[in-house]
Amino acid sequence: MALITDFLVQGGQMLLILLLAPLLTGWVRTLKAQLLRRRGPSLLQPYRDLLKLLRKEVVLADSASWLFRVTPYLIFAAIWVAAALVPTFASGLMFNWTADLIAIVALLGTARFFLALAGLDVGTSFGGIGSSREMMIASLAEPAMLMMVFTLSLLAGATELTTVARFMLAADVGLRVSLALALLALLMVAIAENARIPVDNPATHLELTMVHEAMVLEYSGRHLALIELAASLKLLLYVSLIGCIFAPWGMATAGEGLLAYFIGVAAYLGKLALGGFLLALFETSIAKMRVFRVDQFLGVALMLGLLGALLLFVSRSL
Amino acid sequence: MPLPLLLILSMTLLAVGVYAIATARQASCSRRVYSVALAISGVALILALTHLLTTSAPATLNLPIGLPWLGAHFRLDALSAFFLIVVNLGGAVASLFALGYGQHEHAPERVLPFFPAFLAGMNLVLLADDAFTFLFAWEFMSLTSWALVMAHHQESANARAGYLYLVMACFGTLALLLAFGMMAGPNGGYAFAAIRTGEMTPELAAAVLILALLGAGSKAGLVPLHVWLPLAHPAAPSHVSALMSGVMTKVAVYGFIRIVFDLLGEPMAWWWGGLVLALGGITAVLGVLYALMQHDLKRLLAYHTVENIGIIFIGLGLALAFQANHMYASAALALTAALFHILNHSLFKSLLFLGTGAVLTATGERDMEQLGGLIHPMPWTALAFLIGAAAISALPPLNGFVSEWLTFQAILLTPELPQWLLKFLAPAVGALLALSAALAAACFVKAFGITFLGRPRSPAAAQAQETDRYSLAAMFTLAAFCLLAGILPGLVVDGLAPVVGLLNGGAQLATQHTQPWLTLAPIVDAKSAYNGLLVLLFMALSGTAAALLIHQFASNALRCGPAWDCGFPDASPATQYTAGSFAQPIRRVFGSIVFQARERVTLPPPGDGRPAKLEVQLRDPVWEYGYAPITAAVITASTRANHLQYLTIRRYLSLVFGALVVLLLGMALWR
Repeated sequence: MALITDFLVQGGQMLLILLLAPLLTGWVRTLKAQLLRRRGPSLLQPYRDLLKLLRKEVVLADSASWLFRVTPYLIFAAIWVAAALVPTFASGLMFNWTADLIAIVALLGTARFFLALAGLDVGTSFGGIGSSREMMIASLAEPAMLMMVFTLSLLAGATELTTVARFMLAADVGLRVSLALALLALLMVAIAENARIPVDNPATHLELTMVHEAMVLEYSGRHLALIELAASLKLLLYVSLIGCIFAPWGMATAGEGLLAYFIGVAAYLGKLALGGFLLALFETSIAKMRVFRVDQFLGVALMLGLLGALLLFVSRSL
Repeated sequence: MPLPLLLILSMTLLAVGVYAIATARQASCSRRVYSVALAISGVALILALTHLLTTSAPATLNLPIGLPWLGAHFRLDALSAFFLIVVNLGGAVASLFALGYGQHEHAPERVLPFFPAFLAGMNLVLLADDAFTFLFAWEFMSLTSWALVMAHHQESANARAGYLYLVMACFGTLALLLAFGMMAGPNGGYAFAAIRTGEMTPELAAAVLILALLGAGSKAGLVPLHVWLPLAHPAAPSHVSALMSGVMTKVAVYGFIRIVFDLLGEPMAWWWGGLVLALGGITAVLGVLYALMQHDLKRLLAYHTVENIGIIFIGLGLALAFQANHMYASAALALTAALFHILNHSLFKSLLFLGTGAVLTATGERDMEQLGGLIHPMPWTALAFLIGAAAISALPPLNGFVSEWLTFQAILLTPELPQWLLKFLAPAVGALLALSAALAAACFVKAFGITFLGRPRSPAAAQAQETDRYSLAAMFTLAAFCLLAGILPGLVVDGLAPVVGLLNGGAQLATQHTQPWLTLAPIVDAKSAYNGLLVLLFMALSGTAAALLIHQFASNALRCGPAWDCGFPDASPATQYTAGSFAQPIRRVFGSIVFQARERVTLPPPGDGRPAKLEVQLRDPVWEYGYAPITAAVITASTRANHLQYLTIRRYLSLVFGALVVLLLGMALWR
């Protein structure tokens, strides 16, 4: 019986994040529009876009290969699995121990690897430019992220997110310099990885500075829908990750009962709303930077992460 | 019992080599040699595997050959059994590949005799149990591989590569010779058993460590001793490149492990680990940065070997640091990570080199700027290469990720180390490792994307044909192992346990295959776990479910048309991104520091018909600051000494007399 409940809760979480992901994207878009004094689209617009795209036929370039057609499903699967492994409303779910934080980062790496390949597949210059820049950004963002993981796991004693979240919930964590540095690094990485301003502009098209949109330029129909959904899921993943690590309040523990789950879901929704609001506020108040300034931006993130880890290594023996 | 059998198998391989000298020009010889090599490697693989999994007691054998007062000692223990598995798996697959690939060889008489001899040499290095046999086999391995590098010696680049390889191999053997001399001591106890029991002072042991790093490190490709490797490995025929990069570098690592972990015993100072760790970190990042700058596919892969050797040495350095502080549980994790990566790298690097061989056969090109779009004519080769590329980029659920994950977990245990320098070094090396993993992914997006995706950049690439069945079978065997080791890492870790125990004073990781759902959970008290099987299962389920649901309920219509490309119809494949342009952002970010990369654009004035030119200048810091001064000094010294060749007999006699006087004076003063 317990096994079935566990399965249900785990499955519930997977469905929940899948359903919430477009809503978060819509929420950020609406807020951004309103901050610019525009009315903006409805909150549900991303769902409508997805449904429209799903029903349309795929226009495939003549030079596309089988990899181009498989990639959307692969990316979607990798990001969905990664997002499902991040505790959202409850920690210690059945399959949380399947992969730790390093593996989640690497799963996102798998998705990026194949998306970059898809960008090169058709053989157009726009796809190439996107892939090449995406991999440059990733080559700095991924180490910065791993340095953040180092800091966390040195504090919590494990790289597994459930353990980390429980550790952060305990009262004796207090304010730590390393944690502040890690949070900063994670925020910067999250902005870069989700192709947000100032690193990339999610609303842009036909511009030489675009990265993510350039890679997916040749996609259409259901393939594009899956990629858009995966991008939304990735945004949700990062917001949940930040919430799970740095604001784990209200999170239920597996098997605590319906009331705890309910509180957990409510707290999670609150965190998402707050995260989306902060993101929109940040994006409207800053200008996009040149591509070759991104390495300095992410270099700072890497250094902050390394500094946080070093501080811990050193302070542990004091 | 397996030890004599393994020796007999090695001798048979040698005999096959001799047989091939006589019959190499016959058309059927290639097939015969490679099938026998395949069979022998397969049997040796099974023997080594059964020894590793069943017996724990090492088997020894003394033969009255070699030096009369020493004899030839052979030994099969867990360590050599593990490396025998690596070598013979690589050998078997390379032979299988060569059953098809070898048909295209235009100078079989330069390859066939040396290929089995090379395999035999590597097997003998692993079985040797005294310094003389070890060095003899080591040199034999070097020379046969040198002969294979020189197989296509008409190309001047290959001749230069062969020369450089020979010089570096001599240097490496010299270092090892000195190391063994120091370990044997004044009484000349050259048998490994005598060395193990002998006492050594810390200074002498440190000298042996440095010499082992120089000797084995130059063969493995540690920076700054790597310069020969990216020239020599690509020069050989592809199945030999796979063996050299995937397997021979591992034999070099075996030499290092055997000397430092086994013969020297406990590390005597903590800085040993620090030194190896720092070298490993630098090697990993420099190796992948070099690789990113290449557009020759085989050379790119060879530089990646340098990177992966760095990752292996990071694991070994961590193990040394932990052992020096008597933290054997942590050392077991670091050693497991290093050994796992040794196995992994032999799998995916061989796979990638074989894939390159298939591309080379199909197109005659290994310059990526001339390739492209090969996924259409060669879908199976592309799939196999893709699996290898994803594995080497440390992407879950494949095997490369597991060993890097283990290495990360080992780094996370370093705050417990008492030494301050190691505390600073370990997170920095962790950052280097993370950086090299991310850059490797970028590099393999480039390698696979430019070679196999897009549109063909030359007629040769457009007219390519899928490779033969033997080659495909070889590649997919390796790809299957990459996947299996990735989703069932617990079984591999359990298989490695006796090796780790042997090197680590009996301490090994907890048994993994009893974990629920075959999860990998190497550290008992910390709850860090990874389950590749479930990750694969989840991904497969959610991906298939999405595909089925969408095709069933939404739309499955598909229309083909010209590429959109923002509405610019673009006919020429020359407008695609090339290997050089793909790497440009990374060259700008990292290369401007490491390689002093400079770009110069020459634009002709308006009305001038000449094409615009972009020149990129890269400088190799290792060659410029390390090797160029040495070569310059050698040339200056030899030019000066050249005068001595043209003296009169009177002057020669006075020179001899002078030398005698100086020697006698020296003797007198010494006393």
